[in-house]
Order: sequence, then structure tokens, then C-alpha cells
Amino acid sequence: MTRSIGRTGAALATGLLLVAIGAAPALACGGLIGPNGAVNLLRTTTLAGYHGGEEHYITSFEFAGGGGAFGSLTPLPGVPTSVEKGGDWTLQRLRNETEPVAQGVFAAAGAASRDSAEVLMEVTIDALDLTVLRGGAQEVGVWATDHGFRLPPDAPEVLDFYASRSPIFLAASFDADAAAERGQGVGDGTPVHITIPTDNPWVPLRILALGKTGNEVIEADVYLMTDRAPALLPAPDGTNGMRLDVSAPASDLLLDDLRSDRGMGWVPESAWLSKIRIEANAPQLGFDLAIDASGAGAPSRLAAGLDLPGALDPTIGSTIRWLIGLGFTVGGIGGILLLVRRRPFEGNGMTPA
Amino acid sequence: MNRSDRRPGRLALAGGIALALGLAGIAGAWVGAPGLARPSVELTMRYSSFSSGLIEVPLGVPVTIVLRNADPIEHEWIVGDAASHQRHRTGTEPIHGARPTEASVPAGQTRSTTITFTTAGDQVFVCHLPGHEAYGMVGTLRVVPAGE
Repeated sequence: MTRSIGRTGAALATGLLLVAIGAAPALACGGLIGPNGAVNLLRTTTLAGYHGGEEHYITSFEFAGGGGAFGSLTPLPGVPTSVEKGGDWTLQRLRNETEPVAQGVFAAAGAASRDSAEVLMEVTIDALDLTVLRGGAQEVGVWATDHGFRLPPDAPEVLDFYASRSPIFLAASFDADAAAERGQGVGDGTPVHITIPTDNPWVPLRILALGKTGNEVIEADVYLMTDRAPALLPAPDGTNGMRLDVSAPASDLLLDDLRSDRGMGWVPESAWLSKIRIEANAPQLGFDLAIDASGAGAPSRLAAGLDLPGALDPTIGSTIRWLIGLGFTVGGIGGILLLVRRRPFEGNGMTPA
Repeated sequence: MNRSDRRPGRLALAGGIALALGLAGIAGAWVGAPGLARPSVELTMRYSSFSSGLIEVPLGVPVTIVLRNADPIEHEWIVGDAASHQRHRTGTEPIHGARPTEASVPAGQTRSTTITFTTAGDQVFVCHLPGHEAYGMVGTLRVVPAGE
């Protein structure tokens, strides 16, 4: 099969914004807005693989004890074809591959609207209720509010940031009481695997800073599995809160292990593994991660959130402005010349001597 | 038809425009005259920020504050002294509206409240929903004696 990783390999990863639903005293992985507005964020881990035009987004919601309910909104680059229970060991296996010393530590991925947001899909996985929504920032925000999500004050701007590029969101609500009834213990995670056909995968990062103040540190591990070494924008050079910890061909053993997990048959025979460590304060994360694994080496500024949809490339915009200015100038001079030429004629013809 | 035939029509059109402009000017001046219209101030809340950080209102005159929430989340507008804001920081009232100095504005909606300020000086207006004040939803309302 394996014309392994056919086209633009890339991946999308994490970006999970957890918000409280109703009065939510529970702790959780990911960011949680408590009743007093405080936010706790633990490290999140996510795998985003891109193969055959489909993005596979695997994350986990960890039961961290307590009761009540909490939830999250995750921006997606497209409409998923499936949302299902993820494999049991994929994320752990990736951590073991890149951090072999830290065995046994599995930090869950947090995933981090009147009902005019369109509900595209509803799925229940264990104690998680997942809803795929389509709508603008206003619609999704009102939908979330109407369904008990308490959005932090920066949510309107952040939702706008995402909705202007892709109006698809995954809302997840986690019932900690139900989790406890199911026998889930503290630290047990519920993995979720989302499959999204898209030509333009990207990794939402700015959402990780949602609800955070300037001094809070956001930590996340983003694994990318792509057909070949990806070009990334912004480059994770360590100065922008992102650091490229691993960039190497994935070992056959790792790929075999991943492929044997539930729903991981899509994993190709060969792939490039990248691990990006996010350790940033909130103002640093004003962008997403654009990925181009096609070999062209040209990740999109739009996908990175550095340009707004409809905005012209600065150089192109400048050229167009010059052309418009030139057009007005030529038109104005032409108009004046026309008037100058017509006046004598009209004067002679219409004005009595 | 030659041009001189059209001249009366053009004169009438120009006269009509001039008359309309004149009437509009008179109406505007009348509406803006002191004592004839209630002063109002409009504040828009967007991206969890007030459209103006400083508003001026006249002393001793009913002022209507129009609060337009352009966000998909609820906001509040509460004006008062330091003591009242301290109470609201730890308060538990989920909805405001009983007092004219306190208003809850649901997502995407507009509310208005009319207040007569009886003391000149500065007061602070704040959204006291969790995290909103720290995010910057704060402004100053300056009460100035009429005529200043």
C-alpha cells in the first residue's frame, strides 16, 4: 500500500480549550475555567497525522477526579467524517518514543453559540459528549453559552480568529460524575480520534492560551506524523514558545506499534515524526502552526493565522494600490483633457454671441 | 428640447435640495437644544472591551446609557464608587437590572438604562463577570456640571 505518505504530509494537533459547564468544580486536564474564573492548565498531548488527504487528530480527555462537568471547544480545519474512540496506547507510545525516561507518565490531551450554530454530528464516547458545530464566532459562542459552557473574556476574539478561517468546532462536555460511575479512576483518559478530510491541515495553538493571563505558562506536546519532513510556520526555533524536540524518520517499530492500536490502520509504512514542545506565555501564542509537508517548503501565512482571510499579501496589496492610484491619475487627466477639448465646442454652439 | 427648456426644472430641484438641507439643519439644532432631548451615551462591548474608556455625562440630568453587546458572551455594566465595585467582585447576583447603575447585557443584545447623576466627579464602570475586569473591561464615567 504504501506509497507511504502520499501528499502533503502534515498534521494538526492540539488546541484544546476547556471551559466550565455550569458550576464545575472538577479538576481536569487542559485549561479549565473554574467558577471563580481561574484557569488551570496541565500539559496536553496530541497526535495529528496527515496521510492520504485525511487528518487524524488523536487526543485524550483525562478524568482528574472531582465531580461536576466541564467541557472544551476545539477548532478544526474541516468537517470530520468520523469521531470515535481512539486507540488505547497511541499517545503513551509516542511519549515513550520521545521521552523514554518518563515512562508511565501520560498527560492527557486536553482538548482543549441562539442555536444558530449548525450541529453536524453528535457522538458519545464513555463520559464524553462530543458535538461538531459549524458556525461563526457569534453562533458558536452563543451555542456554547446556551449549552452551559462558560467562555472566558477573550473567547469572542479567539473564536473570531478561528471562525474566519474554518467555522468548524468540536464541543466536548465531560461529566465527571458519570466518569466516576463508570469506574474511571483519576488519571484515566478517554482517547478520541477525529478524522478530517482536508487539503489544508494546521495545528491550532492560539486556542491553548484562551483564558490565560500573561504570566501563565502554557505547556503542550504536539506530535506530527507526516509523509516527509514538514516546513513549519512559525518555525519552532525556541524563541517563540515552540521548540522542535524531535524531527526524524519514525522507526518501523513505532509505526508497527501505532498501527496495531484501535483505529490506527491509517498509519503508513513510513513517516516523518516531529515533536514540538510548547512552553509559552499567553501573549506569545498569537498564532497557529502552519505545516507544509509537500516538499514545497511554503507553509501558509493564512493557516498560521498571521494573515486574515481576504487580506492581500503585503507586496501584492502594495502593487494593486499603485495600479489603482495610477488608474485614477490617468482617468483624471483624461477627464480634464476631455473637458478642455469639449468646452470650446459647447461654448461656440450654445452661448448666444 | 434644448437646455434652456430644462432650466426651470433644475432650479426647482436645486431649490428643493436647499430647502431640505435647511429644514434638516433646523431640526438637528432643535433636537440638540438643551432641555429638549435626553442626553444619551452609547457603549459597545466587543471582544470583551468597552468602545470607550471615558464617557462624560452631565450633572443632574437624566442620561440614557445604551449598552450594545456585540459579543457571543454575556457582559455587565456596573457604575459606582470603589466600595460598590468591591461588593460586586465577590457578589453572587447572577443578573443585574433592578438598579439603574447595574445592567446585565446578554450575548448579542442591547440594553439601556437611564441614570441621573447627582455628584460631579469620576466614577468607574466595570464588567464584573469572572475575569472580565482583569481582561480590561473597565472605564471611567465623568460627571460634569452642565455647561462645562
